[in-house]
Amino acid sequence: MKIRFHFIPFLAMLVLLASCGKDNFTEPKSTLSGQIVYQGEPIGVEYNQVRLQLWQPGFGKLAAIDAQVDQDGSYSALLFNGKYKMVVPKGRGPFKTLEKDAAAKDTLFVTLEGNQELDFEVMPYYMIRTPQFAGAENKVTATLKLEKIITGTDAKAIERVSLFINKTEFVSRATNVGVTDIAGADIKNLNAVAIETEIPALVPTQKYVFARVGVKIKDVEDMIFSPVQKVEF
Amino acid sequence: MKKIFYIPVFIMLLLSWGCNDDEFLNRPPTNILTEEQVWGDEGQVLSLLGNLYNRYVDLGNFRDFERPGLDNLTGWTRVADFNEAFWSESGRYKEFQNSGWDFNTWSIWDYGYIREMNLFIQKCEAAEKLSPAVKERYLAEARFLRASYYFELVKRMGGVPLILEPMTYDFSGDPTYLQHARAKESEIYDFVIKEADEIKAKLPANAAEKSRVTQAAVLAMQARAALYAGSLAKYGANTPSVSLPGGEVGIPATLATGYYTKALNAAKEIISGSVGAYSLYNKKPDLSENFASIFYDKANNPEVIFADDYKLQSGKVHYFTGSNQPRYGAEEEEGGRINPSLNFVEAFEKLDNTFARIPTTNAAGAPLYYASQTDIFEGRDARLGGTVMLPGTTFKGRTVDIWAGFQLANGSIVSGDDRGAQKTLPGKTVPEQVVGFDGPIDGFEFTAQTGFYLRKYLDPVVGSGQRGVNSEVWFIRYRYAEVLLNAAEAAFELGQTAVAAGYMNQVRARAGLAKPLIAGEITFDRIAHERRVELAFEGHYHFDIQRWRIAHIIMDGNAISAADLSKDLGKATKRNTQPWALWSYKVYEPGSPNNGKWIYKPVKLSRVTGADRFQLGNYYSLITDEVINNNPKIIRNPNH
Repeated sequence: MKIRFHFIPFLAMLVLLASCGKDNFTEPKSTLSGQIVYQGEPIGVEYNQVRLQLWQPGFGKLAAIDAQVDQDGSYSALLFNGKYKMVVPKGRGPFKTLEKDAAAKDTLFVTLEGNQELDFEVMPYYMIRTPQFAGAENKVTATLKLEKIITGTDAKAIERVSLFINKTEFVSRATNVGVTDIAGADIKNLNAVAIETEIPALVPTQKYVFARVGVKIKDVEDMIFSPVQKVEF
Repeated sequence: MKKIFYIPVFIMLLLSWGCNDDEFLNRPPTNILTEEQVWGDEGQVLSLLGNLYNRYVDLGNFRDFERPGLDNLTGWTRVADFNEAFWSESGRYKEFQNSGWDFNTWSIWDYGYIREMNLFIQKCEAAEKLSPAVKERYLAEARFLRASYYFELVKRMGGVPLILEPMTYDFSGDPTYLQHARAKESEIYDFVIKEADEIKAKLPANAAEKSRVTQAAVLAMQARAALYAGSLAKYGANTPSVSLPGGEVGIPATLATGYYTKALNAAKEIISGSVGAYSLYNKKPDLSENFASIFYDKANNPEVIFADDYKLQSGKVHYFTGSNQPRYGAEEEEGGRINPSLNFVEAFEKLDNTFARIPTTNAAGAPLYYASQTDIFEGRDARLGGTVMLPGTTFKGRTVDIWAGFQLANGSIVSGDDRGAQKTLPGKTVPEQVVGFDGPIDGFEFTAQTGFYLRKYLDPVVGSGQRGVNSEVWFIRYRYAEVLLNAAEAAFELGQTAVAAGYMNQVRARAGLAKPLIAGEITFDRIAHERRVELAFEGHYHFDIQRWRIAHIIMDGNAISAADLSKDLGKATKRNTQPWALWSYKVYEPGSPNNGKWIYKPVKLSRVTGADRFQLGNYYSLITDEVINNNPKIIRNPNH
């Protein structure tokens, strides 16, 4: 009599476990990935600051699936197969989105059947060209060219150019160990910008830092960044 | 067995025979009041109104604040946000380790409340048994509460659908007639201002009435709303991307002058005394004590215009004092959560109207020695001592025991890692206390980790820090000093700097700043500074930096270095991304003249690792997908 009662919870657990496979959906399996690009060239941004929104209509209430854009401009989302609309929220990113036509606006229509790579073409205000980093005794120097892409009425001025350094390869406004700013007004020649940041004492000691240059554009919140580069000194 | 069964059946039969069925079924319910009962009795209507009053949304809050559909907002944190203070509670260190705020941090969207206010107004208008005078006042009060809530909505969300009647669903399956688009931001401000004009005359002008709305409260709301609208119109131009083409967010710059004029006129009406005798609180000779008293003195306080009142043993009490009192020797061994930051303490001027950092070292970098712990704060704005509990001062008759340890002659420090820890100093044989009972100990919650506790709004009454008793200190929504500062700002923006100086000097004189500012000294930085120190921890700072569009400059995501601390003091856009601490040490150098003196050191707490960034998307809060799904006419706020 006593022994038999012990079986009941086990039996119940067995039934519960057995039913698990039955009432769960299959997980999403298709990956949509790509980069934010201008003429094929990726746009560097701050991590976890710029995001793409994916909308899947047809299932009642709508909520966006956010895909965060990585430092090198890449994004990826694990999704169910189906039709999606992809868009950058208004005002985000150091770029303007391209309008295809009046109906579609800047939305990208995606039909996902299995893994797919899709680049998101945008129009940046500026592009950072040929960034070069060099390490010296306790400092990092960078030289670069800035190309103004959007001209005319929509053009925006440069607020400042900053050289960030950090101990890890996440380099941004929020995470850095050193930063130097040059005000936009002080930049006379966009084709020869040089900037220098001192390296503070690093704990624990390491003989390298990661550096990248960011450009803050006036009235645009997100900055455009060069690729991250490891600099030894 | 059978017998036992028959007895209850028999009793039941007996009972049912004794009933008059009709009467039994027609008895009035004892737990619900009918519409007629409610609207036929002035007391009942007042209790309905009391419910609406209780749901008023404030700038800051003592209590947790429920947001339908969203997480609760924790009460006391909202008054001490934006690095004006560090929160000495381990569960909240994460607020100082991330780099900003979610877009929905300050969202509200309670149209249920608006519907109930609209229902109240509709039914009150139809009620025949209320006397006309009482009815008129009730209606005006409900309209004031509705306008206040719309004001709160527009500050946080931008333009919202303006619903002024209780909408009812007809169950036809088509809800589109209930869906309203967002009004322009300026239209909501216009509504608030217009309502104030219309209801003002219907309310009593009574300076003794604090918890129900009076003429002065309406005018104070109008002045504040008009001022907000004016500054949004003027400074919105600095952030052109924070706007929507339909005007749901953003006010055209051309409207600024009109709003500022309106704000100045409304404030002047209160200042002139025509709506009741309000004045600055000036009852106590010690200016710091006087300033602290504004917030807890509920007897004939001439400064308070409208407050959220609490009462002991009534159920409406709050635990703000218990959460934030100095923990050592407190009634409940609990408190110390809000630690004002060094950045904030340094913002207070010296008595000669100049700004200076707290002098810890001389120009050569050598430490300055102070005979008494409070000496370092001497000669500053009296509001500092009234707002912040400085080390060496007292609360409830007990000295706050804040000091970080002993500094020896060789520069090394003897300190402990528990409150009031004991160690043996070199050359001695008996262990003695080497750190204050109130800290500061880095990472030790509820101690004064920044070296300071909050004084504003703390209740000095015995029992106020007890869980079973709590406190009845009121939360002041509108007070006379704010009206003066609103008037000063509006006058300044209209170019009347002499008028502005006049109003500002009244507030400053009370704080001990005896030398008045002249018209030429009134600048935007001055205005911003005055509001920051006078209205600190009352919830104003958030909306001030937001409407001036400087929040994203103050909190730009860059960490604060020791050098940054003393730079740009008194400048409105001074970086304020991380709270700093100021720790005091007792000097232990037997034989030296400095023995027993105090030195101070600025410290960056180890728990502060993030640097706040106020994003453009934070200027207006997130309207949730749920709301937009239910009403496709709602458009999103910019940057979301």
